[in-house]
Amino acid sequence: MSLTEVSAVCTDRVILDRWHPISALAETTPVPQRTQLLGAAIAHRRVGDPEPEVWLVDDAETPDAGPPLPVLVRYGYVWTSLGDPIDLFEIPEFDEPDRRRLNAGSIHVATSAPRAVENFLDLGHFPYVHTGLLGAEPHTEVTEYDVDIVDGEIWATRCQFFQPQAAQNASGGQMTQYTYRVPHPYCVLLYKSCAIDPTRRDTIGLFLQATSPETCRAHNFLCMVDEESTDTQLRRFQQLIFGQDKPILENQQPKRLPLDPRVETPIRADKSAITYRRWLTELGVRYAVVPAD
Amino acid sequence: MLKLYDYELSVNCYKQRLLLGILDVPYEVIPVDFFPGWEHKSEAFAAINPLGHIPVIDDDGYVLRDAHAILVYLASRYDPSGRWYPTSDPQLLGEVAQWLLFAEGTTNTASAARLHDNLGYDFDIEAVRTGAHRLFRVLDEHLWFAERQQRPWVCAASHPTIADLALFPDVVLSEEGGISRIDYPALRRWTDRVKRIPGFSPMPGIFPATPASTG
Ligand SMILES: [Fe+2]
Repeated sequence: MSLTEVSAVCTDRVILDRWHPISALAETTPVPQRTQLLGAAIAHRRVGDPEPEVWLVDDAETPDAGPPLPVLVRYGYVWTSLGDPIDLFEIPEFDEPDRRRLNAGSIHVATSAPRAVENFLDLGHFPYVHTGLLGAEPHTEVTEYDVDIVDGEIWATRCQFFQPQAAQNASGGQMTQYTYRVPHPYCVLLYKSCAIDPTRRDTIGLFLQATSPETCRAHNFLCMVDEESTDTQLRRFQQLIFGQDKPILENQQPKRLPLDPRVETPIRADKSAITYRRWLTELGVRYAVVPAD
Repeated sequence: MLKLYDYELSVNCYKQRLLLGILDVPYEVIPVDFFPGWEHKSEAFAAINPLGHIPVIDDDGYVLRDAHAILVYLASRYDPSGRWYPTSDPQLLGEVAQWLLFAEGTTNTASAARLHDNLGYDFDIEAVRTGAHRLFRVLDEHLWFAERQQRPWVCAASHPTIADLALFPDVVLSEEGGISRIDYPALRRWTDRVKRIPGFSPMPGIFPATPASTG
């Protein structure tokens, strides 16, 4: 049985009419590669430079051809849509000439895309899951922070946390300032104080490819101010962090994110998580979640 | 200093970090961009290992590849107790060699399933999962009978050997490849014992022995 047959194909207009990441541009090849998006089998290949082709595999007999899908190349990734996509969010700092822009690894996770977004927003797990790196006991306190909806996006500001090793290039512990941003139901960005230049902020993104309602592929995106570290070192640090999150994510039940505020205890779901769930409800998202109604 | 060409999420690299931690040997990590950079397949890396895989060690100019060969060397070179690779006991040494070969089998099945599920590698997933279950069944039975004889480890000794370290990561991370261990109670008890070895270090995906809260 193919994956497509066991997973529900998406009928959620809000999600269909968005751009979704399906591969790092650097990882596309002239040989077609198959993947899955929103329960549908799709494939992509690089044809020109850098323009890739994406198509729907609607006939298992001829996987290398099918109805073409829209293509957008942004932020080092290939994006496509199964509907009529609204504009992709902006990441202005992506165009700053001295930034390190890096695909840090696309990893399959056996949980829904919104679960991965919500975990990314959570500061409270740092000392327990990323011990010695992004957090350490006894520094477990999450101090008060603000969450607002600005131009249709979630922004969590004034977040701070004590971190023993906040980044690949950090030397020693520091209070790290965080801003979180959710500009897309399945994409989340964080801006954190840069280890080497306090006036600037590193950008780290997690772009989720919802392969099915209960599985996703996490595209780790880096846009850093760091002249010293090698690509390998930056990727290694990010994959270490994500590798620590993965088993936690995969153990959460149910795999779809419950949007009804009464379903999970409010202690676990902190302010940004509550806002994210409410925001998904207000957008009318029904795919990869357990809707409130 | 001893150098280890290493990828954080590789179980075969982790086996080396685990042994080096237990033996308290200082070493330098040379990170390899295994994924998504495929650096181990690059021309530059071919000079280090023409087979294009990791781990590789460079111990003061002595270069060695292949996970289980490296375990043999590190234990022989850096374990003064002679227990981890027990060269003075022919029968025990034979067992260690037997289970190291068995661990090549879990690399080709359980590890392959994990690479398929995590990173999208192109393996026949049903075939590798079936293969892993066949090996886990054999190992679980072996450990169950060993426990009956008051032997807590893979080989017939009162102490663990590199065979335990060679088998542990594929077993403990098997769920990441969709291989449930619910039917292997002796395997579960043995993985907990390995986690309590002094100097034990985890890798992403491995939880400490005592049930920890997920925060
Ligand atoms: Fe995390």
